[in-house]
This record gives sequence, C-alpha cells and structure tokens, in this order.
Amino acid sequence: MMQTPLYQKHIILNARMVDFTGYQMPIQYSGIIQEHLAVRNSCGIFDICHMGELIVRGVGAEDFLNYITVNDVKSMSVGDAQYSAMCYENGGIIDDILIYKYADKYMLVVNSSNLEKDFSWLKKYKRDDVELIDISAETGLIALQGPDSRNILQKCVELDLTDIPFYTFIESNIGGFNATFARTGYTGELGFEIYADKDDIGQIWDIIMDTGDVIPCGLACRDTLRMEMKFCLYGNDIDDATNPIEAGLGWITKLNKDKFIGKKSLLLAKENRIRHLTAFKMDERAVPRKGYSIYADGNKVGKVTSGTQSPSLQKGIGLGYVQFGKHKVGMELDLDIRGIMKKATIIKPPFYKNGSAQL
Amino acid sequence: MNIPSNLKYTSDHEWVSMEDGVATIGVTDFAQSELGDIVFVEFPEVGDSFEIGETFGTIEAVKTVADLFMPVSGEIVAINKELDVDPAKVNSDPYGDGWLVKIKLSNSDEGDELMSFTSYEEMIG
Repeated sequence: MMQTPLYQKHIILNARMVDFTGYQMPIQYSGIIQEHLAVRNSCGIFDICHMGELIVRGVGAEDFLNYITVNDVKSMSVGDAQYSAMCYENGGIIDDILIYKYADKYMLVVNSSNLEKDFSWLKKYKRDDVELIDISAETGLIALQGPDSRNILQKCVELDLTDIPFYTFIESNIGGFNATFARTGYTGELGFEIYADKDDIGQIWDIIMDTGDVIPCGLACRDTLRMEMKFCLYGNDIDDATNPIEAGLGWITKLNKDKFIGKKSLLLAKENRIRHLTAFKMDERAVPRKGYSIYADGNKVGKVTSGTQSPSLQKGIGLGYVQFGKHKVGMELDLDIRGIMKKATIIKPPFYKNGSAQL
Repeated sequence: MNIPSNLKYTSDHEWVSMEDGVATIGVTDFAQSELGDIVFVEFPEVGDSFEIGETFGTIEAVKTVADLFMPVSGEIVAINKELDVDPAKVNSDPYGDGWLVKIKLSNSDEGDELMSFTSYEEMIG
C-alpha cells in the first residue's frame, strides 16, 4: 500500500483512512456533510496526490495529443487547461483527463486507477518526435476549493490570483516553493489545484492550513460534491463500455476536428443514440446507489452509476444511463430501492446551481 | 471507541438494553463511525413482529446503506420518531438519544446469546 507525501498529516488530523487505488487516502476527517458544506460555503483542502501526471513534449506533441484525445488540443494557448478524454477505436473511454499546456510541454493529469493503462496506450501510439515521461511519483497535488479559496490562497502567495481565469494556470511560487496554480477542480466551486514537487507539497499544505480558514476534506465529500455537479467519475459513470456522447461529454468531443482515435465510432454513436447519462432527483425519501435499477412506465430503462444523499439539496440524487427518449428533463422515473419503488424526476444538471467555479 | 459495559452486543454492531421484558436496540459507536453521517432510518411499524436475525429496517448514510437485524425476537412497541427530525443523533449519541426501536420480548430467555462488552470489544479489535 502506497502513501502520499501528506500521509502523516492525515494521521495527525485523525482522518479515517481507506485503500483507494493502491494508496492510503483520507476518506473523511470531521464528517462528510460538514466537509461538503465547507467547500460549498467557505473553503476546503484536499490531498489528491494519488492522481497521475504524465508529461508529453517534443515537436510532435501537439499533433500526437490531438490524435489521441477527443478535445481540440490545437485550440489551446500556453497557460490553458482543457478537460478531455482518450477513447479506444470503438469509442469506449480509456480515461477522462486534464491537459495543461506549458510553454515547452503538456501535462496530462489522469485517474490514478488508470495510470498504467493510459501510459501504455500513449506509448503504443507515441511517435519518434514525442517524449513521454511519467512524473506521478515525483509530483504532489492538493486542491483548494470553495468560494473563499482565492482570498485564502492570496494570503499565502505574491502572484495576483485574479490573473488566473477559470481553466487556466500560472507557474509561480508559494513560500519559496515552485508550483503550478491551476483554476481547475472537481467540486463546482471557485478553486485551485496546486501541483508541486512531492518533497515540497507538505510545506505548501501547512502554509495554507496555517491561515486557519480551511478545513481538510476527504475523498467521500469529493464524491458528493462532484455528483451534485454531474461530473463523471471513471469506473462509475464512464468506462471502456461507455462513450463520451452518451455520457453527456459531447461538448469535449470535437467530431469536426481531423482524424483522431475513436472518431468514426463516435460519429456513429451520435447518429444512433441508445441511452444517455441522466441526472435524477428522488421525489420521495430514498437514496439511490450504484447498481440499482431504473424504471419508466413499468419497464426497466437503465441502471444507477452514481448516487448519494445530496448534502446541499438534502435529497437523494443519482446518475444513470437511461434508454434514449426516456431520458428527457422533467420525465418521471421509478427507482428500485432495495425492492421498493420510489419516484424520481429527471433534472437539468447540475443538481447544485449556485457553484462559484467561474466567479 | 465507546462501548458501555452495561449493554449487550451483536456481531452486526447493534447494542441491546433489556428491562422488564422490553429491549431497546440501537447501533454501536463503532457502527455509526463506520457508516458516517446518517441521513435517515427506515423503521418498521409499531406492532410488527420479528424473529431473531430478521431485517427490521435500514440505515441510510450519505455514502452507504446498512440493514438492521433483529438481535432478539418479539413485537415492536416503540420507534424513535425523533430521528426523522434529527438523524444525526445516531452519530452523536448512539447509546442515548440515537436509540432505534423498543421491542417486547417473546421469551424470558431472549438475549442469552448476545455478546458482553468485553467480547464485542475483542471482536472490533
């Protein structure tokens, strides 16, 4: 079992630790609801050092990435971040990823559970004018998320954080340590993801914690926060048997760009819609969970891929693939909650509408 | 982990307190801590009868759900309606205000099989 560079801090903070993709990770500290609401209303800090980071560089890097990912890498400027995905030829999703464009390289941030698979896939298609380096083991990553995150982080850095618009980043320093400050996150709130050397990330964590205005948050509330935004989780809502079109990721899938892996299948998937990743809210007191069956008019039309009690809405919420045509906003569903049918209504995502992410 | 010495326990992490032929049932401090924030309890009806080992309800927490198993047999005489208003009491006071149900015991020797606090303590290590 691996530990992140912040492991000892979690132990001192009395976190509940779990095994997550080979790492001992904090699942919660003070409590999932308290941590969730802290991110919605003030600010929380997350250890996400388990994420994988891959460097792609060389004169062919742009063309290579544009071929291997579904979004338009050529539209990126230096300092941009982009949400994207890698697909197989059949359109199945290998991973959903973030791409950061530096002056001399790209950094791909991938799910830790997919790191080896992603790396081999990239290596398989790598050209001679591209260099591929896995820097995951040397890289630390913390996320500071919440409407107060910018004001809090501003107390710790000299750069002007208002110079970092949504989905961009700046390389600078904090307490003398070099770091990348990215306006990205997985919560729907204003926030920063801070990448630094694994040997520095602990001191950076301390600098931010010492402001006294931040509470540590675990993976459990990271999950409820992302569900309220209908952000996909690989392994739940997307995997190699789902494609970006049906997952509602058509907005990152640039079907009009030049040849890329999966393009043919995804064009077909767009023509032949079979099912759609649908967001629904329970109308009765009930909590949908992964694997529960979804019915409409007495017929089974899908399965839940993610579900929880929403701490913000105080209602059961869920995501699931629903038969195309039965997936429209406002339509009613019946959820088989452990043998008892409970009513739900399809909503227009996100569940939580007041996120501060783009402020 | 709080394990009061005056209660009996089950391997499903429930506690039982018996008085005058009526058992009060709840979940242990260990159970509430494992479940995390609890959002509601699905109760049986007063008057329902259960045998040992039968499912009598569920506890829904934010991240998971757990069945409740009857540690004794008998008839439900009370449910803790307060938890509909404040389910967090199961987290904050599992042995007190967070109790779940009261059951009138079928037989006088009900509960003989339950664990003592020392056995339960040993079990959860």
